[in-house]
Amino acid sequence: MDTRTLTSQKISQGLTAGEWSAKEIAQAFLAAAKQGQNSTHAYVDLAEDLALQAADESDTRRAAGRSLSEFDGVPIAIKDNIMVAGCRATAGSNILKNYVAPYDATVVQRLKSKGLVILGKTNLDEFAMGSSTESSCHGPTLNPWNLERVPGGSSGGSAAAVAEGSAPAALGSDTGGSIRQPAALCGTVGIKPTYGRVSRYGLIAMASSLDQIGVLSRSVADVAGLLRIIENRDPKDSTSVDLLEKWQIPAKLTGSVKGLRIGLPKEYFVSGMEAGVERAVRSAVDRFKELGAEIVEVSLPHSDYALAVYYIIMPCEVSANLARFDGVRYGLRVPGETLVDTYRKSRGQGFGQEVRRRIIIGTHALSAGYYDAYYRRAQQVRQLISDDFTRVLADVDCILAPSSPTVAWKLGEMADDPLAMYLQDIYTVSVNVAGLPAINLPCGLVDGLPVGFQLIGRHFDERTILSAAADYEQAEGGFDSFIPSASPKEKK
Amino acid sequence: MSLTPEEVDKIADLARLELSDEERSAFRYQLSSILDYVGKLSEVDIEGVEPMSHSIPVFNVLREDDLEICNTETRSEIIASFPEKEGDLLKVKAVFE
Repeated sequence: MDTRTLTSQKISQGLTAGEWSAKEIAQAFLAAAKQGQNSTHAYVDLAEDLALQAADESDTRRAAGRSLSEFDGVPIAIKDNIMVAGCRATAGSNILKNYVAPYDATVVQRLKSKGLVILGKTNLDEFAMGSSTESSCHGPTLNPWNLERVPGGSSGGSAAAVAEGSAPAALGSDTGGSIRQPAALCGTVGIKPTYGRVSRYGLIAMASSLDQIGVLSRSVADVAGLLRIIENRDPKDSTSVDLLEKWQIPAKLTGSVKGLRIGLPKEYFVSGMEAGVERAVRSAVDRFKELGAEIVEVSLPHSDYALAVYYIIMPCEVSANLARFDGVRYGLRVPGETLVDTYRKSRGQGFGQEVRRRIIIGTHALSAGYYDAYYRRAQQVRQLISDDFTRVLADVDCILAPSSPTVAWKLGEMADDPLAMYLQDIYTVSVNVAGLPAINLPCGLVDGLPVGFQLIGRHFDERTILSAAADYEQAEGGFDSFIPSASPKEKK
Repeated sequence: MSLTPEEVDKIADLARLELSDEERSAFRYQLSSILDYVGKLSEVDIEGVEPMSHSIPVFNVLREDDLEICNTETRSEIIASFPEKEGDLLKVKAVFE
């Protein structure tokens, strides 16, 4: 079987029809994952024994007519900053290299309760800080479309796994674009839900007011179906909310793009985007026009400040969140003369360079005398950015924007210039700053590399962007043209 | 705006982070370029704007102060991840000198 063409839904249908067993499916994806480890390196660890055991149990349940859900027996991969009991949770960092998760994240527990089979843990930038999956302590993940290029990040392992067919779907986390940008660069679907829709319990925190767990996969129906499993209030995350009925995602996505008002923010189409990327995104706009959508130019006047707001708020929250890694209770301990020495050494040797850089920026911005100029001011501008979206989304139903200004770039290209790497997040961070939902969809290839665009919705109105995405997908005849060839360009 | 070596040392000390000499000088310049970039926020008129800490309004989420017993398996996994221990106790450096 060709795992690259299997969506979670197709797997589910095949299980129901008796075309294959959950065990056969798990074996096929594990085999693809093992093969991938020699080229793309999408995974940190494969959970082979746990996966085969879970698949066996699923087959037994099915035989007894006691399947837990339509997704019982369907495999999924989990980003390695999300806890799966008994598996390492390294977050791509030396400081957690030997840390084994003692419990399941709420999202993982919910997937297991519906019978999903966890294949393993996918690679990421250290603590999800990066846009290229190069800063992982396990080494980089490579793009399945071209092994000389990055898969994007930080959920680069999840995106590469879905694209290469070593997982039909994967969980990722998105703090400033970490699901949507790698999804764009690898040609997959990826949704970052509204802040508060999905519990963050068991997600290794990066920036708590921005982080959100979401789903990457090969079809809109898959991300919608999996989101329905992981979403909803969790008493263990006080920022997760009870979903009102109007916020719920229907089991079957219906609705029509006809008459839908879609906003194009003029600030996103002025400059900075590669010509090929802009052409591909414009072609998606044309498709929506053909489908009967009304395209409206809108303005988000504070867009130009979003990245600056993000690169203050995020490192400030990072510096606070990562204070817990001190060599005391878990993780790497490098003994020093005194307790303070132990802190300094454990953190100095445990954290990689990008993480140290962000802790330093955040600590500086929060230190006495600078707080008002940086953090407080960034929070005020954050409000203005959010107000821009509220105003525009009162007029249009959703917003269409590029997901990344470029296609996948070459490994190492931005290694010495952190600011250049930060600028890659220019189209994605605003959504996190405002806490909105957004979905990436593939829309073209430039020089054999995928381009994506995002649909951004109102708070908790995933239904509108998912329905529009499903219509677009159908009009495009599915996303099967975004399957990389089985033998991508070899690594040099 | 450029950071002095002393400023970088002070921040590293606040963050309890050991930096190498190389890093100390590389960070000075990299941080300066990042701080210059985020400095553009000073152009924005923020008169009367309330700071926004979260994107959704959530206030004072409370629960009963009940004791929840951790299951034995989780408990032993947590103890197993201690960097140093004696029996079930976590071993740490002296806190008071």
